[in-house]
Amino acid sequence: MSEEMKMYKVSSNPHVRSKVSTNGIMMMVVLALMPATGFGIYNFGIRALFHVLITVGSAVLTEFVFGLIRKKQTISDLSAVVTGLLLALNLPVSAPLWIGAMGSVFAILVVKMLFGGLGQNFMNPALAARCFLLISFPALMTDFTCDAYTGATPLAALKAGGVVNVTDMIIGKTAGTIGETSMIAIVFGACVLIMAGIIDLKIPGSYIVSFAIFVLVFGGRGFDLQYMSAQLSGGGLMLGAFFMATDYVTRPITGKGQIVFGIFLGIMTGIFRIFGPSAEGVSYAIILGNIVTPLIEKFTMPVPFGGKVGAKNGK
Amino acid sequence: MAGKSNVTERLVNGIIKENPTFVLTLGMCPTLAVTTSAMNGLGMGLTTAAVLALSNMIISLMRNIIPNKVRIPAFIVIIASFVTVVELLLKAYLPSLNDALGVYIPLIVVNCIILGRAESYAYFNSPIPSLFDGVGMGLGFSIALTLIGGFRELLGVGEVFGYRVMPESYTPIGIFVLAPGAFFVLATLTAVQNYIKISGAKKGKDTSKIGSGCSEDCMNCGEKGCGKRFYDTTEATVELDKKDVKEEN
Repeated sequence: MSEEMKMYKVSSNPHVRSKVSTNGIMMMVVLALMPATGFGIYNFGIRALFHVLITVGSAVLTEFVFGLIRKKQTISDLSAVVTGLLLALNLPVSAPLWIGAMGSVFAILVVKMLFGGLGQNFMNPALAARCFLLISFPALMTDFTCDAYTGATPLAALKAGGVVNVTDMIIGKTAGTIGETSMIAIVFGACVLIMAGIIDLKIPGSYIVSFAIFVLVFGGRGFDLQYMSAQLSGGGLMLGAFFMATDYVTRPITGKGQIVFGIFLGIMTGIFRIFGPSAEGVSYAIILGNIVTPLIEKFTMPVPFGGKVGAKNGK
Repeated sequence: MAGKSNVTERLVNGIIKENPTFVLTLGMCPTLAVTTSAMNGLGMGLTTAAVLALSNMIISLMRNIIPNKVRIPAFIVIIASFVTVVELLLKAYLPSLNDALGVYIPLIVVNCIILGRAESYAYFNSPIPSLFDGVGMGLGFSIALTLIGGFRELLGVGEVFGYRVMPESYTPIGIFVLAPGAFFVLATLTAVQNYIKISGAKKGKDTSKIGSGCSEDCMNCGEKGCGKRFYDTTEATVELDKKDVKEEN
């Protein structure tokens, strides 16, 4: 093709192309999760590593087998790795090793591939699988005793009215699921993602702030900053806010909608944690948020320049 | 219409070709709610089958004296009478099943399979085929509910009909006896039966809904171009008008 022909080449849009690719983003997310994963393995021992390997492996294998049947391979986009890793970080270390494999199969097969693969899933696959496991095996999934720690998670202790060491919680030297304990490691990974421009602070920021306010107002302990910081650093809040609520597929696409989404998650998490029977509620809150995402998008669709304010969208 | 082949055709139609659960997806409320075990599924299915068969027959017998305009209330009265009979019988002879099924027994009155069959078949056909249409549909419903209940009980408890099937080391997947499990099992079984039907159709088997000629079951008939079709807006009114005229005479 000569230079001249190239100049007049007509093509349909998009004309501006970006070098950002799905597997590039997914690779960054995996890297950003490494500090939390590493700390989990250091904190809970080699069994945590087995959990991670089995869960990621079975997630990728499930996607591979489904790809064989559909004759269309999608494992190279690395989304199965992210799903598997996130699910592994959500498992208690003492759970039997097959539980991660079962969760992975559910996440990839039922929640993602049956709905049409990456981009079509209406729920975060890893969280849906965590809830599936939590409902199916409540005893196994909430048993956090292991070699390093015995007794309740900090959140359960708080719920029972006990006192917790907030410094330990921020560092992560507490009982909990493999990847949720260390606030520092999670926030470090999240900073990498924010600096790389993969996520922004709209959802995590509005989520965490609204949750903090909710705890201060409805926590039942008055203006207790220590209680609030324990609630913030305990459980899956940080992991959920930075890595799961920001999932591209299941969050609202509009900027205003993302803030509404974050506030919704904050309020729901607060309700589940303070008024619910269980000490933790991040996963259910995010899943509920995923379900109302289309509704949030409908009401926050920006008005085009010159368009009518309050005009019906999408019709 | 009341030939012998018609009777078997009705049975096959209800159990396989137009299975109320997997093909027509009617009566989802009891399907999802009470199938926590194979026994509950079977009990619910057979109870519905009894009401369905009897109400179909009575409605068919009375089809010429029920005025067209009040046919739905008339159907409901007939169905509700049979539901009351069945409920009292269950309370007397099978109290444990009655407790397990709870409010879903009285709710059989509003089960849309029963009203659907009355509307689309019994009101236009003679009593014997109507009776067997009800039996076929009821058996199809029972088989579907027992299957769903069986799988949910197997995965969620490790038993089938109360007998231990899974090895002792099996950890029951609790979600299958809860509401989400009903959806998973129903969807999977529907997919499996569609797969069987599609691969059967590829081999040349006749899997269309109505197997042997016209049964006047236009509501569920796939023949869009059929001249006798009554429920397409225009012709439906014609057919129903004819009935009205007959009543007024």
